[in-house]
Amino acid sequence: MRRLIYILPLGLFVVLAGYFAVGLTRDPSVVPSALIDKPVPEFTLPPLLKDGQGLASAELKGKVQLVNVFASWCVPCRVEHPVLMRLAKEQGVTVKAINYKDKPEDAIRWLNQGGNPYAAIGADQDGRVSIDWGVYGVPETYVIDAEGRIRYKVVGPVMPDEVERHILPLIKSLQGDLQG
Amino acid sequence: MIPELGHYALVLALFLALVQATLPLIGAARGDIAWMDVAKPAAIGQFTMILVSFLALTYAYVVSDFSVLNVVQNSHSMKPMLYKVAGVWGNHEGSMLLWVLILAMFGGAVALFGHNLPPTLKARVLSVQAMIGVAFLLFIIATSNPFIRVDPAPLDGTDLNPLLQDPGLAFHPPFLYFGYVGFSMAFSFAVAALIEGRVDPAWARWVRPWTLAAWSGLTMGIALGSWWAYYELGWGGWWFWDPVENASFMPWLAGTALLHSAIVVEKRDALKSWTILLAILTFTLSLIGTFLVRSGVLTSVHAFAVDPARGVFILALLVIATAGALLLYAIRAPSMKMGGLFAPISREGALVLNNLLLSTATATVFLGTLYPLFLDAIDAGKVSVGPPFFNATFIPLMVPLIAAMSVGPLLAWKRADLAGALSRLKFAAVLTVICVLGALYAYQGGPVMALLGVALAAWAFFGAIIELTDRIKLFRAPLAESWRRAVGLPRSSWGMTIAHAGMGVAIAGMTGSAAWMTERIQVMRPGDTAQIAGYELRFDQVEERPIANYQAKTGTFTLSRNGEFLATLHPEERWFPVSRMSTTEAAIRTNWVSDLYVVLGQEQQGGTGGYATRLYHHPLVPWIWIGCVIMMIGGCVSLSDRRFRIGVPARAKRDRQPTPQPAE
Repeated sequence: MRRLIYILPLGLFVVLAGYFAVGLTRDPSVVPSALIDKPVPEFTLPPLLKDGQGLASAELKGKVQLVNVFASWCVPCRVEHPVLMRLAKEQGVTVKAINYKDKPEDAIRWLNQGGNPYAAIGADQDGRVSIDWGVYGVPETYVIDAEGRIRYKVVGPVMPDEVERHILPLIKSLQGDLQG
Repeated sequence: MIPELGHYALVLALFLALVQATLPLIGAARGDIAWMDVAKPAAIGQFTMILVSFLALTYAYVVSDFSVLNVVQNSHSMKPMLYKVAGVWGNHEGSMLLWVLILAMFGGAVALFGHNLPPTLKARVLSVQAMIGVAFLLFIIATSNPFIRVDPAPLDGTDLNPLLQDPGLAFHPPFLYFGYVGFSMAFSFAVAALIEGRVDPAWARWVRPWTLAAWSGLTMGIALGSWWAYYELGWGGWWFWDPVENASFMPWLAGTALLHSAIVVEKRDALKSWTILLAILTFTLSLIGTFLVRSGVLTSVHAFAVDPARGVFILALLVIATAGALLLYAIRAPSMKMGGLFAPISREGALVLNNLLLSTATATVFLGTLYPLFLDAIDAGKVSVGPPFFNATFIPLMVPLIAAMSVGPLLAWKRADLAGALSRLKFAAVLTVICVLGALYAYQGGPVMALLGVALAAWAFFGAIIELTDRIKLFRAPLAESWRRAVGLPRSSWGMTIAHAGMGVAIAGMTGSAAWMTERIQVMRPGDTAQIAGYELRFDQVEERPIANYQAKTGTFTLSRNGEFLATLHPEERWFPVSRMSTTEAAIRTNWVSDLYVVLGQEQQGGTGGYATRLYHHPLVPWIWIGCVIMMIGGCVSLSDRRFRIGVPARAKRDRQPTPQPAE
């Protein structure tokens, strides 16, 4: 019996090595989404803020923009919030939002605390629209091109390296397509 | 010609390593001194050959030899000399060459300075070390040859990743690898001891200096990396729980545990099989770190080489080394005799607690780093684990660790008096309370967790100081007596005090930055003034000019407080035309207690002349790195301890045999 304890590390390591072997065949940077390169689903959401804009599929055409799915109860959203603030304020990227299964007063308080990077916020209180988008957790962020197609999706908080490596270059190239 | 010489030397090193990996091991099994003695010249020869190879590559970089593919891909004739040299290890092939160079250097150091090791142990250690060398040399020669030529040679190179062209990062890999690879020595000692079937206090004494050296290097490497992230990425953060950062942090945590458990083996002959396991696991984590970074299994900002073929090779290497060592462990460890017994409240008990907490913390970081990989492997979806997970799991483990850190060194071996130790810490407790009250006064309304952080930092710092004053009987004995005791105190105890105090300083820094950081993001036009944390910052102008291999856009800011001029700050945005990338250089004004951090962002569109600027006030942040440097100094002081140089067994032998006796 005591011998088993000494064999345990070896056993655990073999399992781990198996995972590594499988992991080598996967590419972690590709997040699967059935909607990549497809138009955004048809939807209309009421505005979250009384004097603000709501969100509808028709408004996601005409320029390259980001759609961020967030909620005041979501901890990783807090982490990515300064990153979105910087994207919106400094890089001049249009960021719109779907507020997912949230109480409006909570969401408004949250935005008052941390600042509001969003050009428009649609309130998706029952989460129906988010299902159409294929959201399976908050936060998620989508890059939408000028024709209103989803071009890229980030699951989990948007971190600085993600912005530098993928999002900004993609936005630049999409905007380039538009001009050229 | 020179690159071919480097390639040739590398192949020679491989053959020397093959000899070193086999002959001494066979010699040790047969008790054949001549075969065992092959280890020394082989180890030194292997190091020399790899050094020749490394210098050949460095030469190719220094003279910008663009007929070498590696130089073309990672250098440029306009690049400053510092980064030409740093470019040698700023890429996959070169960094692996640096890896084996350090590996062989450690082997060579054992061959040269390990006279007090028993001959069989020394032979076996060097053989195991050479096996790792063989594997990595094969890896370089087969999949990552840095000496491949291109014909025709291009006129100029494609430049090193601009993010890496920075003094902090130029020296980051050598320190980091010194730590990573240094743990190979602990691994080799552990495997050699398993082959010998004997672990005793003397063994622990031989392992400890190598582990200490590696730990000090790794501490410095991690600190440099996080300092770089702080000022170069321009986000004001200093730790992102990025997979590559975690890859270096896990061996550090395990190595810290190993340092402490080796003390128990050395002093009390207990925890032997655990220490062996820890030595194996620490190096395994270093290898896993290399695997994660080199294979691209997890992506991150730092992973600059991603190639599945190399991933397969490193995975094979990892499996052979670790599975082999763990198999040996499963066979040999059960027969190891248990050492001295001890009560739960004792120095040993405290060190066991330290090990439990540190290994749980390692496991937590490990799980958080690899969880996405695990889920993906069983097709359960893609997730990412972010800082909230690590903060929620890692910090609660550190709280009891730091709380116990001040108490542990005051406990006696075998059985201790906890109440007595705590009463000796009453001054530390009083000073801690004063610090917390001070923090409360200075930052009214800060988060409660911040006060806990301050309390832990003060407790760790003053606990370490009190332990020292207690030992030298400061203020209780005449000053001359205290001085005599201080001088006579072993270097290892000075090292411990310094390292523990450094930890306290670093915690204060981390707390300050997490709790009291203030941030302002706004658009400013030249002439505008912004306020942050009681400072005024006037934006004067922006000028553009070409410097070396980049175009700099430099802002000028005037910092003042209550109208009194303090400093001029120059944040920069650099554009590297060759690699078509830009980097931000934050301007940081530090007064060693807090940093004022300014980043010049992009010019606003529409010709308004406005620039996005980010200002941060980071209280206590410099202490993070000051604390790390103090910890590293502690490690080095402990390393200079007399007992590592003198080695008791050697002296005992000399006493018994004053003159060499002829063989019979």
